Amino acid sequence: MDTPVIKKKLGLKDRYAAMTRDLAWDTTYQPMEKVFPYDKYEGIKIHDWDKWEDPFRLTMDAYWKYQGEKEKKLYAVIEAFAQNNGQLGVTDARYINALKLFLTGVTPLEYYAYRGFAHAGRQFTGAGARVACQMQSIDELRHYQTETHALSHYNKYFNGLHSPQHMFDRVWYLSVPKSFFEDAYTGGPFEFLTAVSFSFEYVLTNLLFVPFMSGAAHNGDMSTVTFGFSAQSDESRHMTLGIECIKFMLEQDPDNVPIVQGWIDKWFWRGYRLLTIVAMMQDYMLPKRVMSWRESWEMYVEENGEALFKDLARYGIRKPKGWIQACEGKDHISHQAWATFYQYNGAAPFHTWIPKEEEMAWLSEKYPETFDSLYKPRWDHWRKEAAEGRRFYNMTLPMLCTTCQVPMLFTELGDATKIAYRESDYLGNKYHCCSDHCKEIFDNEPEKYIQSWLPVQQIYQGNCFKPGTDPTAEGFDPLLAVLDYYHLNFGSDNFDFETSEDKKNFAAWNGENAEGAAK
Amino acid sequence: MSVKSIGPYNFPAKDVRENFPAPLLFIGWEDHLMFAAPICLPLPPDTPFGALGAAVLPGTYGSHPDFARIDWSAVEWTKSGKPWKPDPAKSLAENGLQHKDVIRFRAPGLSGLNGSCN
Repeated sequence: MDTPVIKKKLGLKDRYAAMTRDLAWDTTYQPMEKVFPYDKYEGIKIHDWDKWEDPFRLTMDAYWKYQGEKEKKLYAVIEAFAQNNGQLGVTDARYINALKLFLTGVTPLEYYAYRGFAHAGRQFTGAGARVACQMQSIDELRHYQTETHALSHYNKYFNGLHSPQHMFDRVWYLSVPKSFFEDAYTGGPFEFLTAVSFSFEYVLTNLLFVPFMSGAAHNGDMSTVTFGFSAQSDESRHMTLGIECIKFMLEQDPDNVPIVQGWIDKWFWRGYRLLTIVAMMQDYMLPKRVMSWRESWEMYVEENGEALFKDLARYGIRKPKGWIQACEGKDHISHQAWATFYQYNGAAPFHTWIPKEEEMAWLSEKYPETFDSLYKPRWDHWRKEAAEGRRFYNMTLPMLCTTCQVPMLFTELGDATKIAYRESDYLGNKYHCCSDHCKEIFDNEPEKYIQSWLPVQQIYQGNCFKPGTDPTAEGFDPLLAVLDYYHLNFGSDNFDFETSEDKKNFAAWNGENAEGAAK
Repeated sequence: MSVKSIGPYNFPAKDVRENFPAPLLFIGWEDHLMFAAPICLPLPPDTPFGALGAAVLPGTYGSHPDFARIDWSAVEWTKSGKPWKPDPAKSLAENGLQHKDVIRFRAPGLSGLNGSCN
C-alpha cells in the first residue's frame, strides 16, 4: 500500500513571506548601492528595511483573483449600461461635461501613476516596498483602462471625448495635472511616494473620488459609479501605502524629518491647486448637487487632517504650510475657476454655462459670506450680456503661475478682491507665481521649474501649431491654428452649452425640444 | 536650495527672451476680477507706452462698462507691485520694461460692476 503523500501547506503568513520578501536577494556581482542608486540621493536615511510593514499583505495569486472578480462585475455593468442606452438616463447633458473633465484631466494621471509606481517598484532597496509599489503600479494601469472603457461609451454620443491622451499633452488647462505628475515622478522614489501616496492619496483623494462618484450616482450615471467603486477598493490599499511610507521614513532616522516635512509642504499645496478643477466641477457642473466644495473640504480635509497631523506630531511633523490659505480658499476657488473656464471656453473641449437661477440660490446659500458679494455680480452681468447676444469670451491669453501652471486667478489671503502676484528672479530672468507656496516651491528648485512647459508661452513661441503651418500666410488665425493642434473640433467641442450640439441632441433623443419641454 | 539629483542637472530655461518674437508683458487691471487673470502679451519693445490704453487693451478689456470711462492720464500704475510712473510718449523699452515684467493699473473711481471689483 502506498504511503499517502502529505502536502505541506504554508500558513498565510509564511506564504506571504515566501512570495514577497523571499523572492529578493542581495546582489553579489555588483554592490547593492550600484544596483539601487535611486533611494539614496534624496538624503533619506534607511537603516533597516526589514522594519517596513507591508501595507497590502497580498500575494500576486490572491491579487489576480480579487482583481479578476472585480473586473467581471465592472464590465458586466458597463455592458448593461451600453445595452440599455444608459446615457439617456443622466439628469441633463450638462452632466457629461464633468465626465469630459475627468477623462481629459484625471484618467491620464492614472497612467502616469502606473509609470511612477513601476519606477519606484524597481528602485527601492527594500523588497517589501518594491512589491507594494509594483502592485499599485498594476492597479493604476487597471484604473486607466477601466476609466477609458467606461467613458468610451459616452464618446459615441457626445462631443469632446475623442482625444483625451492627445489633448493631455497639449491643451492649456491640462498642463496643470500633467505638470503635477511630471514633477512628482521626476523626483526620487521617496519624494514620489510622499507626493502621490501620502499627500495626494492619503490626505486629498476623498476630495477627488467622492465628489465625482457620488456626483455620478446623483446624476444617474451608473457606469461611472461602478468604475469608481471598483477603483475605490484599491484606493484604500494605496492610502495604507502612503501612511506606511511616511511613518517608515520618520522612524528610521531623525534626519529624515525635515526632508519629509518639506515634501509634505510642497505636495499638499501642489495637490490642493490641482483639486481646483474638482471644486468647480462639484459646485457648478453637476445638475444635481451632492454637497458643496466647502462642505466636502471641511469634512474630508479639515476634520480628517486635524486628526492625522495630531497623530504625526509625535514624529515632529506639523501641518503643511499653506494649510490656512487652502482652508480659506474653500469659499473662493470653485467660483474663480468656473468663471475662468466660462470666459476661456473657446479653447476648452467641454461646455460651460451660466448657473440657472435656482443654482445661483444654492450657491448663495452654501457660500453666504462670498457668493453674493464677490461672484454673483459677474454672473448677473454675463447673463444680461448673453441675453443681448454678447456672450462673454476672453480672447487674450492669461498669465500663468510658473509652478502650478494655473492661470493667475487666485486672490490674496484675507482680500478676495486682489489677485495674488509673487515674483522671483533667477539667473537674470523673472518668474511669476500665484501664491507664497508656489513661489517657495519654485525658489527651492528653480533649476526644475525654469523648464515649465507653460501653454501660453509655448503658444507665443510658435510651438503649438501643426507641422507645416505657415503663420505668415494671409488670413492666418493663430488661435484657430492652436485649436487645430489641440484636435479640438471648433464649434462642437467648445463654447457655451446653450448653443451646443450636445444639448440639442440630448433633448431630441429624449423627445423634447431644446428647452426641455416634451414635444 | 537646489535640486537634488543623481547626476549633473543643468537644463535650459524655456521662456528666455530669445525664444519669443517679442518680449512678453503681463498686464493686470486692478478691481476688475471679471477678467479671470492678468493677461500675457508679446509686445515689440518700441511700442509707445501710450498705445497700451489706446490700442492694445481695448481688445481685452473694452467689453467692460468701466473701460470707456478710464481717464488714462489719472491711471495709477505699478510695476512688480511698486508704484511706477511710465511716460506714455516713450516706448516700452525706454520706460524700462523688460521681458516678463508685470505691470498693473488702477483707474481711480472705477471699481468694477456696481463697485463689486468685478
